[in-house]
Amino acid sequence: MLLQGKKLLITGVLTPQSLAYGVAEHALEQGADIVLTGFGRAKSLTERSAKRLKAGVDVLELDVTNPAHFPALTEALRQRWGRVDGVLHSIAYAPEDALGGNFLNTPWESVQTAFRISAFSLKELSVAVMPLMTEGGSIVTLDFDNRVAWPIYDWMGVCKAALEATVRYLARDLGPKKIRVNALAAGPLATVAAKGIPGFKTLEKAWGAQAPLGWDARTSHDMVARTACALLSDWLPSTTGEMVHVDGGYHAIGAPPVPPEQEEQGGGGGGIPPSVG
Amino acid sequence: MSTSAIEAKVKSIIADQLGVGEEEIRPESSFIEDLGADSLDIVELVMAMEEEFEVEIPDEEAENIKSVGDAINYINTHKK
Repeated sequence: MLLQGKKLLITGVLTPQSLAYGVAEHALEQGADIVLTGFGRAKSLTERSAKRLKAGVDVLELDVTNPAHFPALTEALRQRWGRVDGVLHSIAYAPEDALGGNFLNTPWESVQTAFRISAFSLKELSVAVMPLMTEGGSIVTLDFDNRVAWPIYDWMGVCKAALEATVRYLARDLGPKKIRVNALAAGPLATVAAKGIPGFKTLEKAWGAQAPLGWDARTSHDMVARTACALLSDWLPSTTGEMVHVDGGYHAIGAPPVPPEQEEQGGGGGGIPPSVG
Repeated sequence: MSTSAIEAKVKSIIADQLGVGEEEIRPESSFIEDLGADSLDIVELVMAMEEEFEVEIPDEEAENIKSVGDAINYINTHKK
């Protein structure tokens, strides 16, 4: 099995629809031992989901804005396993005024909150597990490719760009310890987290038109989960500081295909200009 | 399970989850406007009901469950 005997810490399981839930499900099937994290009010939700995954899957408390939680997490994992092989970082949050078309008016306080939870937390989590990754390890964070600007995404997008940069710096500093750090850039999936983003569903639907492999929310969840498990396994041993796309190939294509009949009519309204003649 | 038993059980789950008295819970009560729930509460309510009644409530359906009556109707229709 792909993850036989691996000790994996999985954050971000809220409901069975969470991307992290799919990762946890496959990890268990592939022979891994897992522990989840949850925080505050949402912890009871994570605990319900944990029970559906498998009896006896524990949920540790981790509020990434509480610095005391990280050493406590290290200690809990040390006592449980004495070692950790992999971590899924699936944590992001932006206050309502930081996305949805409010880019020019978002106050610093909201940006700061989004940055701490969505980008800085990867560094904090990595430092917490680093001493336990005695046999090397793999850290995977869930990302939305922000090398370009998107509609709606606003400061969440800036934070994802920061997350991507954090991946590269962590790869630099943790590489000598044989710890790989990679971002998994998924296409848009309307999970509980994404539902908070106005207009996200429209983006999810439009994605399939440009992605050569298509994009269907029902099957794409599972593709994200399986790719994350591959990254957590020993089968991408020399890959670090990378952004691995699980987006149907959308990122490689400049614009959706133009149907031939539109081309003959001279295009009309946007897109690639028709040739003169 | 009879309709009235389902109704009673749904109300007790809601009371437990949202920390409100059962006497405040009427079929027309809206989770958000009348019972003070937020989106996180609703997600957990849906999961609690799925577990209690052994039904699956897909996301698209869950979005339409806005009141206590909506929840009771859904369970009545889908419970095996």
